[in-house]
Amino acid sequence: MTTAISHPATVPTRGSIADFVRQLRRSWIGMVGLCMLLVMIILAVFAPWIAPYDPYQPVRARIDTIYAPPSAEHLLGTDDGGKDVLSQFIYGARVSLIVGFVASLITVTVGGLVGMLAGYYGGRIGTILMRITDIFLVIPDLPLYVVLVALLGPSIWNIILAISLISWTTTARLIFAQVISVKERLFVLRARAIGASDGHIIRRHVFPQVLPILLAQNALVISVVILSEAGLAFLGLGDPTLVSWGAMLNFAFGRGAISIGAWWALLPPGLGIVWLVLAWTLLGYALEEIVNPRLRTHHLMPQRQPHSTRA
Amino acid sequence: MQRTDYFIRRVFWACVTILVVLTLNFFLFRVLPGDPAKSIRDPRLTREAQEAIRVRFGLDKPLLINTAGNPFDSQFFLYYGSLLQGDLGISFNYSRPVADLLRERLSNTVLLVLVGEILAIVIGILFGLISAWRRGTGLDVGVVLIGLFTWALPTFFLGIVLLIVGSSYLGLPVGGIRTPGANYASFWDEVVDVGRHMMMPTLTLTIILLGQFMLIMRSSLLEVLGEDYILTARAKGLSDTQVLRDHAIQNAMLPVITLIALTLGFTVAGSILIESVFSWPGLGSAIAEAVNRRDYPMLQGAFLLFAVSVVIANMIADLMYAMLDPRVKPT
Repeated sequence: MTTAISHPATVPTRGSIADFVRQLRRSWIGMVGLCMLLVMIILAVFAPWIAPYDPYQPVRARIDTIYAPPSAEHLLGTDDGGKDVLSQFIYGARVSLIVGFVASLITVTVGGLVGMLAGYYGGRIGTILMRITDIFLVIPDLPLYVVLVALLGPSIWNIILAISLISWTTTARLIFAQVISVKERLFVLRARAIGASDGHIIRRHVFPQVLPILLAQNALVISVVILSEAGLAFLGLGDPTLVSWGAMLNFAFGRGAISIGAWWALLPPGLGIVWLVLAWTLLGYALEEIVNPRLRTHHLMPQRQPHSTRA
Repeated sequence: MQRTDYFIRRVFWACVTILVVLTLNFFLFRVLPGDPAKSIRDPRLTREAQEAIRVRFGLDKPLLINTAGNPFDSQFFLYYGSLLQGDLGISFNYSRPVADLLRERLSNTVLLVLVGEILAIVIGILFGLISAWRRGTGLDVGVVLIGLFTWALPTFFLGIVLLIVGSSYLGLPVGGIRTPGANYASFWDEVVDVGRHMMMPTLTLTIILLGQFMLIMRSSLLEVLGEDYILTARAKGLSDTQVLRDHAIQNAMLPVITLIALTLGFTVAGSILIESVFSWPGLGSAIAEAVNRRDYPMLQGAFLLFAVSVVIANMIADLMYAMLDPRVKPT
């Protein structure tokens, strides 16, 4: 029975993903984003070999090592505790990347599942799921993160949990809209007509259709997550046992870097966040263009004109 | 008829959302670790004093439903009861009612957010228009790239940079809303002083929001320009300016209204971070301060105020959209 489903009319999973990658390689914006991202990933993965010092090593600050300006010994100077800024910067990439990856993975999985189930089954389940989504959609993120992390305690896992808990809603809405249209397409109706089960249809027909959208959405979610984590850390809610860019800025800002004029303690972590978020944004922008330029107006992304009326 | 239905439904769901927020607020602060009951377990307090505090805050009562006596004599219903009276508890840090403290700060945040938002909308729409009209030119590419770049800027980092620029090069004050101890000769003097303090925080918020308004206006106008009625207008022989002014812009403005609602959460986040950087005495810095001082009633109150205002503003934006766009159908 199920063999009939591999009819050419069904969209082959591998083909669409390969196509996706090929198109990505043609987009210069996407490639710039990808390269920027790879630089940061290499930095984070090989941090112990690249960083000149270990930022977790206790240091004994002397008066001349506090906010020491850049020198041959410390290429980006030192911070308020006499620690090497460059090493902290390199290790800081790890926190942003890990929080970004894990939280966005949870976000996209939960959002994708809710959106697919609500869209595919519709009816009462769909309505209830989407109502819950709508309610969580309007609650402002950062205040809720602040409350959750302040109450749970600022560990990296609580930060990830807090962020994942409400950021899945945008993805759920997006996938819901997509599944609604996919499930009425001919190949799905045909599969159902020959007796394919719901689980089979979702796995083999609906999921491959929404996967590219999930990937594009994932890149954009990561950029938001990284900004949220940095904001939390800046407010003093970062994991105290880890070096992160937001926490570096929090310490530098709170401990007189500005009045001393220690720009080297402020600029690297700030620019690091800009670099990484920009990388994901460019990548997400390119992916979204590929997935479907007319699918939606993501509230950040410019859309192509459907058909030109101007000469 | 359908229209009224839509309005009623929308208001109803906003009320449900607010109820969910209120309930969430209750459980977050009572069920999660680090709850208020624990924070007053100061070892220096005698047992009697601790008990008195627990009674004072109603923490001796059962959590949800009182099974022993009056079922409504529980923390949950007391919480709703005091909320209805506008009672948000007493700040641990200031020993004053949270509601009073927040009221003082609310106007400062509204001032900052309103000016920043209006500037972002006006400038964003303008650049979005020009960008769409001159599509494909260097100017257009520039607008898109600036839009993506401002989106990637962390609010607090931009704030720090502008704080440094303002205080060391432009002679602007480093923080606060008024010069401490200032005695204003006239109302005008006060306006000037507040304006000088506001400049950089407002600019930060404007830049953070600007990119989204530029990009959405650009894509919205591009889409409208592809519509059939624009083609018709052109076929009638109208000039470019006439097409743009009389036919395109009005329709392209619709998504901007939605965007105002969509960016509200963003604006709230922005105000928390910006107010922390510039020590602006508003709701946002109240949250940051409350976190650092473990002032749970303050944190709870500020969160509640933020969440409820965003829900209400969202509802207003939706209703406005429905009034302006006759195509909106009840779902």
